[in-house]
Amino acid sequence: MNKQRLSLWWFVGTLVFALLSMLVPLPGVLEPFKPYWPALFLLYWSLESEDRVTLGLAFMVGLGADLLNGVVLGEQALRLCALVFIALRFRSRLRFFPMWQQALAVLALLLNDRILLLIVRVLAGASLPPASWWISPFVGAALWPFLFLLLDDLRARLRIQ
Amino acid sequence: MARTRDESSPLFAGNAAGTLRLIFYLALAVVLMVLDHRNGWLWRLRYTASAVVEPMYRLAGLPAVGVRTVSVAFADRQRLTEQNQRLREDLLLANAKLNRMAAVAEQNQRLKELLDTQHSLELNVQLARVVGVDLGAYRYQLTLNMGARDGVRPGQPVIDAHGVMGQVKEVLPTTSVVMLITDPSHAIPVVIERTGLRTVAYGSRDGDQLALPNLPLAADVRASDKLLTSGLGGRFPPGFPVGEVVSVAPAATGMFQVAQARPAADLDRSEDVLLLHDQAEPDGPPAPVTPMGPPAELAPGTSSAAPPMPTPTSHGATP
Repeated sequence: MNKQRLSLWWFVGTLVFALLSMLVPLPGVLEPFKPYWPALFLLYWSLESEDRVTLGLAFMVGLGADLLNGVVLGEQALRLCALVFIALRFRSRLRFFPMWQQALAVLALLLNDRILLLIVRVLAGASLPPASWWISPFVGAALWPFLFLLLDDLRARLRIQ
Repeated sequence: MARTRDESSPLFAGNAAGTLRLIFYLALAVVLMVLDHRNGWLWRLRYTASAVVEPMYRLAGLPAVGVRTVSVAFADRQRLTEQNQRLREDLLLANAKLNRMAAVAEQNQRLKELLDTQHSLELNVQLARVVGVDLGAYRYQLTLNMGARDGVRPGQPVIDAHGVMGQVKEVLPTTSVVMLITDPSHAIPVVIERTGLRTVAYGSRDGDQLALPNLPLAADVRASDKLLTSGLGGRFPPGFPVGEVVSVAPAATGMFQVAQARPAADLDRSEDVLLLHDQAEPDGPPAPVTPMGPPAELAPGTSSAAPPMPTPTSHGATP
């Protein structure tokens, strides 16, 4: 009982942490390198515990993220929904990929996410972002193995699922 | 446990229900986006949820504060002494200049009174601190720790010691978001100090420069020309430094000259900014004068009944 509650808190806590780290600014030079944290954390959870992560949850997390730092309400909800849908669809295969292939898959997902964002922004009338804007998915993919192993390790230490 | 779950998600076949759900959520998101784009719900929602949103901003701003504190704590003594010395010199210089200006300002005030203009040189400002939060709009925004409860209103100009930074875009109870002048969707009316040419400075895509895309070909604009706010449009008061022209080149169309300018304000280094309280003089025609009849003394009849006259007439006019 207690274990279940702990694991639920752990799950919610990581998502809130992801939203917070999305808000934390980096020094000017590093700014384009900031990965899209909510996507990475949601990806981890959709690979590891499928029964918790649903499209509805992705939508709610996206709405929360929009409330915190959105340009348009529903933008990140759309992006995270698409991301989680693809991740859940290919979950069984992604889980058994070696780590480098998984990182490549994450890169593809994050690039797809950026393209979605670009479409939304351009349709909303914003100007095209600078070229350095495309660095972020690569950083996210490069960080993926470390994030995955770290979260897995923490989960094993806390003995929760 | 895990096995039963895996059976529910087959390796290859996708189920139609999942796709339908995806389409439903995507449609919902698109509807939300369109509605928000039209009505600006996001900010009303954010205002309502400010009890949750603002602590998150403050929490996310903590690392920036920490870094600042640590950098002060570990800064070597010599650098601090140097900085202190420089600040003291700056203050001395500024004070000396102010003293000289005081006489001129006084004279200016008297002349203006003679000319009957209301435009004053005094500044009514409020100091605000920048909260280190990344609101994801490629660094065209700034978050301040003052909001509606401190009397901040959307549209208020924001300046720092060197020049105009931007204007308040949205206000939460104790937080406000500033749109910087380098935002591509921002435009500020400027005047070139040397020649008096009026034009408009837009933000640019790179985020750290201003663009003046429609200067006439014959206009006399050179690098290192200073740009000041012109006060047209009624948003920014006139006479504040905006930037300095870096380069001038003919536009690709050959119809105009295009100039690039560097903002005068320290857009990405300021920690404290000033919110201007008195906005520029309202634009447009003056407010209509309340209609009134001829002076009471000229009214036919007795001249002694002047004071009580208006009350019966206004009573008569109301129904």
